[in-house]
Amino acid sequence: MSRNEEEDSGFGALRDKISRTRGRDYWRSLEELSRTDSFEEFFIQEFPRQAQPLGEGVDRRDFVKLMGASVAFAGLTACNRPAEKIIPYVRTPEGVVPGQPLFFASAMPLAGVATGVLVESHMGRPTKIEGNPDHPSSLGATDPFMQAAVLSLYDPDRSQTVRHLGEISTWSEFIAAMQPVLRDAQANGGAGIRILTQTVNSPTLGAQIQQFLTAHPGARWHQWEPAGRDNAREGGRLAFGAYVNTVYHFDKANVVLSLDANFLNCGPGNLRYARDFMSRRRVRKGTTSMNRLYLVESAPSSTGSVADHRLPLKPSAVEAVARAVAAGLGAGGAAAPSEHAAWVAAVLRDLQANRGASIVVAGDEQPPVVHQLAHAMNQTLGNIGTTVTITDPVEVAPANQLASLRQLIADIRGGSVRHLIMLGGNPVFDAPADFEFRSALTLVPVRVHLSSHYDETSELSHWHIPETHFLENWSDARGHDGTVSIIQPLIAPLYNGRSAHEVLAVLNGIDLPGYDIVRKNWQGQGDAAAFEVVWRKWLNDGIIAGSALPARAGSANGNAAPPAPAAAGGIELQFRSDPTIFDGRFANIGWLQELPKPITKITWDNALLVSPRTAARLNIAPEDELVNERTTILVRIHYHGRQLELPVWIVPGHADDAATVHYGYGRSRSGRLGDHTGFNVYPIRFSDGMHVGHGATLVRTGTAYKIACTQEHQSLGEGGDRGIIRPTTLAGFLGNPEFALTKFDRPESAEANESMVPAWSYTADSNGNPLNAWGMVIDPGTCIGCNGCVIACQSENNIAVVGKDQVWRQREMHWLRIDRYYSGSPENPQIYNQPIPCMQCENAPCEPVCPVEATVHSAEGLNDMTYNRCVGTRYCSNNCPYKVRRFNFYQYSDYFTPSLKPMRNPDVTVRTRGVMEKCTYCVQRINAAKITAEREDRPVRDGEIVTACQQACPTEAITFGNINDPTSRVAQLKKQPHNYALLAELNTRPRTTYLGVVRNPNPEMKAE
Amino acid sequence: MAQIFHRSANTVARVSIFGAVFFIGFVLWFIGGIVRAPYATNQGVVRVQPVPFSHQHHVAGLGIDCRYCHTSVETSNFAGIPPTSTCMNCHAQIWTNASMLAPVRQSYASNTPLVWSRVHRLADFVHFNHSIHVNKGIGCVSCHGRVDKMALMSQAEPLTMEWCISCHRHPEENIRPRNQVFNMAWEAPDQKTLGPRLVKQYRVKDAMSLTSCDTCHY
Repeated sequence: MSRNEEEDSGFGALRDKISRTRGRDYWRSLEELSRTDSFEEFFIQEFPRQAQPLGEGVDRRDFVKLMGASVAFAGLTACNRPAEKIIPYVRTPEGVVPGQPLFFASAMPLAGVATGVLVESHMGRPTKIEGNPDHPSSLGATDPFMQAAVLSLYDPDRSQTVRHLGEISTWSEFIAAMQPVLRDAQANGGAGIRILTQTVNSPTLGAQIQQFLTAHPGARWHQWEPAGRDNAREGGRLAFGAYVNTVYHFDKANVVLSLDANFLNCGPGNLRYARDFMSRRRVRKGTTSMNRLYLVESAPSSTGSVADHRLPLKPSAVEAVARAVAAGLGAGGAAAPSEHAAWVAAVLRDLQANRGASIVVAGDEQPPVVHQLAHAMNQTLGNIGTTVTITDPVEVAPANQLASLRQLIADIRGGSVRHLIMLGGNPVFDAPADFEFRSALTLVPVRVHLSSHYDETSELSHWHIPETHFLENWSDARGHDGTVSIIQPLIAPLYNGRSAHEVLAVLNGIDLPGYDIVRKNWQGQGDAAAFEVVWRKWLNDGIIAGSALPARAGSANGNAAPPAPAAAGGIELQFRSDPTIFDGRFANIGWLQELPKPITKITWDNALLVSPRTAARLNIAPEDELVNERTTILVRIHYHGRQLELPVWIVPGHADDAATVHYGYGRSRSGRLGDHTGFNVYPIRFSDGMHVGHGATLVRTGTAYKIACTQEHQSLGEGGDRGIIRPTTLAGFLGNPEFALTKFDRPESAEANESMVPAWSYTADSNGNPLNAWGMVIDPGTCIGCNGCVIACQSENNIAVVGKDQVWRQREMHWLRIDRYYSGSPENPQIYNQPIPCMQCENAPCEPVCPVEATVHSAEGLNDMTYNRCVGTRYCSNNCPYKVRRFNFYQYSDYFTPSLKPMRNPDVTVRTRGVMEKCTYCVQRINAAKITAEREDRPVRDGEIVTACQQACPTEAITFGNINDPTSRVAQLKKQPHNYALLAELNTRPRTTYLGVVRNPNPEMKAE
Repeated sequence: MAQIFHRSANTVARVSIFGAVFFIGFVLWFIGGIVRAPYATNQGVVRVQPVPFSHQHHVAGLGIDCRYCHTSVETSNFAGIPPTSTCMNCHAQIWTNASMLAPVRQSYASNTPLVWSRVHRLADFVHFNHSIHVNKGIGCVSCHGRVDKMALMSQAEPLTMEWCISCHRHPEENIRPRNQVFNMAWEAPDQKTLGPRLVKQYRVKDAMSLTSCDTCHY
């Protein structure tokens, strides 16, 4: 595109505006950057959509319903409260102390990899998930999917009964119906029986399937996972001649090159990788070195948001960079002339200078050859054996799942499949569009589907069996390095569900409960006499120690196939699993639906992500007036002869001439929340373009579409002007470690102490007992914006889900939000993440304005919110400069759905309508630890209190503790030279402070 | 022009203005009384229970310690309601045929719990922890009254916030030696000197800390 054309387009205009703007170095959205008048108006209001709270009018039926309920409840208040029942045990189970939670180790399997968890159980009810510190894939951290597992357990829309032809049936009828099938199978060797599973990595399930296949040689087993890792598997096979598993040790790498790999927030071991990677980026006083991350990708990801050098390229162009770097290293292939030669050359020099201490990692969506080249580069650099370990696969039967599913469809169409047993998964919804799985499935005479919900596939199956949740069944699974965990149930199946193990046991003719199946499988492999002791240890630890897979021998073959000819023009479509609802399986989980997606901050929807330049060139950008109403327009995608309309969303830093879509939305049978939310992208996901599709055209439709995006919600004002985020480079830090400090951050300066009220002392009470002064330090430099903390907070503090319309009105209830700032050009900005909980100000602006003293200071400096006193004036929220207070505009908490009641944390009040709430620093955890300490007559130990957000964080970006104790970790961090307070000029004296962000760009690449 | 109001209207007006002050005062007094009355607080209300369990008999008559049944009072926020098996520890041996105990035997035999009616209930937004009170020298009797004299259990104190706060402001008026916490009949020889001494000795926080909202509400 020539300069002139650019001038004509909207992008040119935007660029002009930016170049005229001064002093705005950090921005949250393009609208903030370009600053139209209407945006200004929108921006300064806290709740700009207050005027029309009810949206549509109330019709007669609703009115009568509401009035009817009011009359009914009015009658109730006249009676005295009935006595509450109290029900003790008949025999108390061993270890249970009423009122005290117990923790059990288990593991959560997802897409073929398990992560160890500790599950908090209150009197038999699992209420909260934490990471298992002993599990190598977790080290105590959790991601949003793990945190939301409790909600998926108590999901009221789970399937509750066996169904036959859609009618309610029973498990024993299913077993009876299977008997003739199994008799026939005995006779004919199982010909015509097909088992379709998701990626299986449970050793026991694998053994059961093998047993069935051995007994029935005619039967076949297929695996299908829409967000599968076929490319990584095939790439490993190209390099090593066999399927392998790759384990990275980011803590040992000085330089990392990521080829479209979002390794910090996606895929096997991401929690561990985030911890390891960030262990080399914690800049403290005296730090002189950091690791460095080079990254090539098209849509900005969490990993991209912390990269030192991020090169936005369309997905198909990543291969060329991989080939250029590989050729430069002599790892195979020939160098092709590249337009990014300077970038590549700098990366090359850095990699060569760090042989044996670098990592090249390829993304799961990249074609196999990129994975092969990555292996070859790691081989050439001597990384294999030091920073990279190659092991045997963690899956039971690694396979090319796309080919496997293709074979299954061919067999069905060929008429050779008579019984299809689907254990989990939802292929009718998520199989490639050209496979036409729906029509193929109806050709199978007997179809059985085991599934947690009565979903799109169940609807077309003869038999539907409700599947147990992993918190309800026995199983086992391997972590990213092969470590085995035994999955133990926390609660009996809520709805008489069955696990895949139990269904397979029926097929194998041995009807055993899941416990016996799993236990027998392991008992057979070891010393039977000592087994009980070992078994108990495994269950207690949550892992089988020493079960990680050993490194395998072999060297990578770098002879890559020559590059394929460049594909036809048009827009490149990139398909990704959704960052919050994954491949669609979590569509009915309100917590995940309402979670602002990393980078885009969109909730309850998926969108077509494009770069500002591409949007301008194709004229698909929404008009300014629409943008400020948080509305965008629908764009029609023409691709492979199909059409699909999606809302367009402009993302700074996205590669040009490419668009990203996330699959998983648009379910029709997921439950009350997930149905008809977002847009189903699977109908344009074809088997020849599972991750990247070429030749799409995008056409503006002009239809407006509301998007609930939290980007501009609860803004602290313009980031640059008020110094909200304060970054520098490593060189800048070494030159001036106090780079982040202003005169207000220096305690000795007069400005920092200006106050009309004498300072309060938090050191001791009037009885002479030492007090604690709780404080928090957040290191945004290590925050990847993964949202683990946000959902952990939601789970711990019983935070309500409000729905898309309410989010659109800025009424989301998350106590902790992650602000995302950009700086630099919209083509390739630097991205910063900043978690914002309540600052717990010592001079809190919210306190003096409350007319009923519902928010007051505690003796230890917490800014208490007392729900039962609050009358809902919202003055406090109005006066909060950090915008961390949340108001219950409606009765958001669901008091009545029975299955959600046991999910709540009994230590936290469930709030009602009309009440303000906010982050409490997890005061329930503080009080529990204080009471334990006082009972033992000792001070609270450092690290004894861990807030929910801190516990979930994979990168340990959040530190909490007592700042009165000079040896505590939080006090040490507060002494760091780059520790600063947000809006210190207001003299609010926040207890939560931040560290300046330090990045480590390559000095050689400064010019770029 | 004739007078619109009769002369007596002056008196009516004076009385009603004067009376309104008293009327408003009366309404406030009435509301204040109602919320503190047993009608609202359930103080002294005896609930129907599946078994007419007598604390008087078991505590005063037999001398069973509180902790024999309420096992978690020293370690947990919840003191614990005894499982049926605790009852059966003795009643498998004595009163084995008493008709009064039939529900207990039935519960034990059929493995279905007894369903008691709660006597001491706090609102959901209050978090009370038994263990810290017991460990800081607050006797059972301070909140639960002379349980050893109750044939049928009832709530001895109003359990209003006003009542809780009165002790959180002045714990020295109720604190007792730790070894007398479970003693129903203990009387302080001289609470005026003993109280402040124990407050210091047990490191009880000051009123400022004890009346911070987050001590109970979160």
